[in-house]
Amino acid sequence: MAGIVTNPRAGKKTAPTRPHLTESRTVRYVLIGISLVFLALIVILPMVAVIAESFRKGWSAYLSALTDPDAMSALRLTLITALIAVPLNTIFGVAVAWAVTKFKFRGKNLLITLIDLPFAVSPVVSGLIYVLLFGAQGFLGPWLDAHNIHIIFATPGIVLATMFVTFPFVARELIPLMESQGVQDEEAAVSLGARGWRVFFKVTLPNIKWGLLYGMILCNARAMGEFGAVSVVSGHIRGETNTLPLHIEILYNEYQFSAAFAVASLLMLLAIVTLVAKSILESRMSQEH
Amino acid sequence: MTGLRRKDRVLPGLSITLGFGVLYLSLIVLIPLAALVLKSANLSPSEWWNTISDPRVVASYKLSLMTAFFAALVNLVFGLLLAWVLVRYRFPGKRIMDGLIDLPFALPTAVAGIALTTIYAPKGWVGSLLEPLGIKVAYTPLGITIALIFIGLPFVVRTVQPIIQDMESDMEEAAVLLGSYRLRTFFRIILPDLIPPLLTGFALAFARGIGEYGSVVFISGNMPMKTEIAPLLIITKLEQYQYSQAAAVAVVLLLISFVLLLFINILQRWSNRRLRTVKGD
Repeated sequence: MAGIVTNPRAGKKTAPTRPHLTESRTVRYVLIGISLVFLALIVILPMVAVIAESFRKGWSAYLSALTDPDAMSALRLTLITALIAVPLNTIFGVAVAWAVTKFKFRGKNLLITLIDLPFAVSPVVSGLIYVLLFGAQGFLGPWLDAHNIHIIFATPGIVLATMFVTFPFVARELIPLMESQGVQDEEAAVSLGARGWRVFFKVTLPNIKWGLLYGMILCNARAMGEFGAVSVVSGHIRGETNTLPLHIEILYNEYQFSAAFAVASLLMLLAIVTLVAKSILESRMSQEH
Repeated sequence: MTGLRRKDRVLPGLSITLGFGVLYLSLIVLIPLAALVLKSANLSPSEWWNTISDPRVVASYKLSLMTAFFAALVNLVFGLLLAWVLVRYRFPGKRIMDGLIDLPFALPTAVAGIALTTIYAPKGWVGSLLEPLGIKVAYTPLGITIALIFIGLPFVVRTVQPIIQDMESDMEEAAVLLGSYRLRTFFRIILPDLIPPLLTGFALAFARGIGEYGSVVFISGNMPMKTEIAPLLIITKLEQYQYSQAAAVAVVLLLISFVLLLFINILQRWSNRRLRTVKGD
């Protein structure tokens, strides 16, 4: 719920402006003006601030903030986390979308509702649940401790918390898409003698490829940027359990503002790339329909 | 919704995909959430009540609910305006503006948090302009509200936009032919159709705001009883090793989210039914 409201058809069609069905020119300009001021204050200024603050101390300070060993290790952990969480959630998303859209079974609606559950959970609570399960005082804590397995305040906990918050992205993108495509193509392939994986790779995958990529890109953006959930399970050990967003927090709280914003600019770049890719995929998808 | 029927099973892979899906869902989502409820059940009912009714906890719930509510209200108004402008008007830079609406989904919350704090701090670009007027934004509930406006921006726009796009203009035409003024046409003809998506967008933004942490924690100042949001209080309890109390605070937060989720589902069903009656099937 508290996730993404996707709208692949956004900006597709513009209503013809017939004079009697629109506002006067003045009203139009005033409304556009108010919208721009609002967006400037809430969205555009923060982006400008990130760039301005990160270069406040010049290029060399900017580069040294990014090449700092702690920043590099945070980058590495962020990439590792996304490299595990995104593929696993993708496999889950494809599997569950296949089951839900190609077959009828009892409890299907309940299953679809449960997939969305992580969007309704506060990021902090998303981290907390793993602490309560795997932490020192958690249900499995003593057993894990006895077997010298570290989950909380270590990489596995960060990966798990990230998997939880990014859990629904691919599935909720694919379910409506595959629902609208029905089962005729796959059934035709089966009746022509194709089997299992071949049906999926030759028939289903080409039909869903843009939607799948769309879900993966959104999943990745959230996986690399998650803060609240990861913050609860990480333990904030420098050079070990800090992801990029956590590294930003530490630098900021130590008043190293330009370094914090330099690292932030890297994540902002990721956000911009995500938005551009998203808009390209949206126009691809609306062309195919 | 009957059980499996022979003819539905032409395609392969139900048992493996459903089996894997349910297993993965249980391991990642359901079992950990059950652990939360179980942990909070460690407390006796009176301990539970004492945790939840502690003045500091109540203050944090109130603050989270109030700021999320006002932020969602602002987004309701400006979200409608933005959706309207983006669908109905043509102007240069429109595509970029449309893309920017999604920035809060793509930008990591910590980045938004430090950027908004810098702008609205007393010495920041906007904060320094408001300071002489006696308006303090950063480190006050107003600052929290600003962060939540940022986080909730896309919800109302993206739920209302497709509805405005699909609106048939014949009702508007008829109203104009019958001599209705533009403003009256808007309030009598257009707005009623937009109420279900507006409420859905509002509820989504509200729900997201209640649980939000990353973008708020920098701008809020985190003063107990004054600017301490509920998610932060959970972390504070956790750091004091009060695991069961943290779980109890979280369970209430979770319940509020579920009630909102239910409300959104009912809204969406209502709005689908409305659309069907309007379109006459």
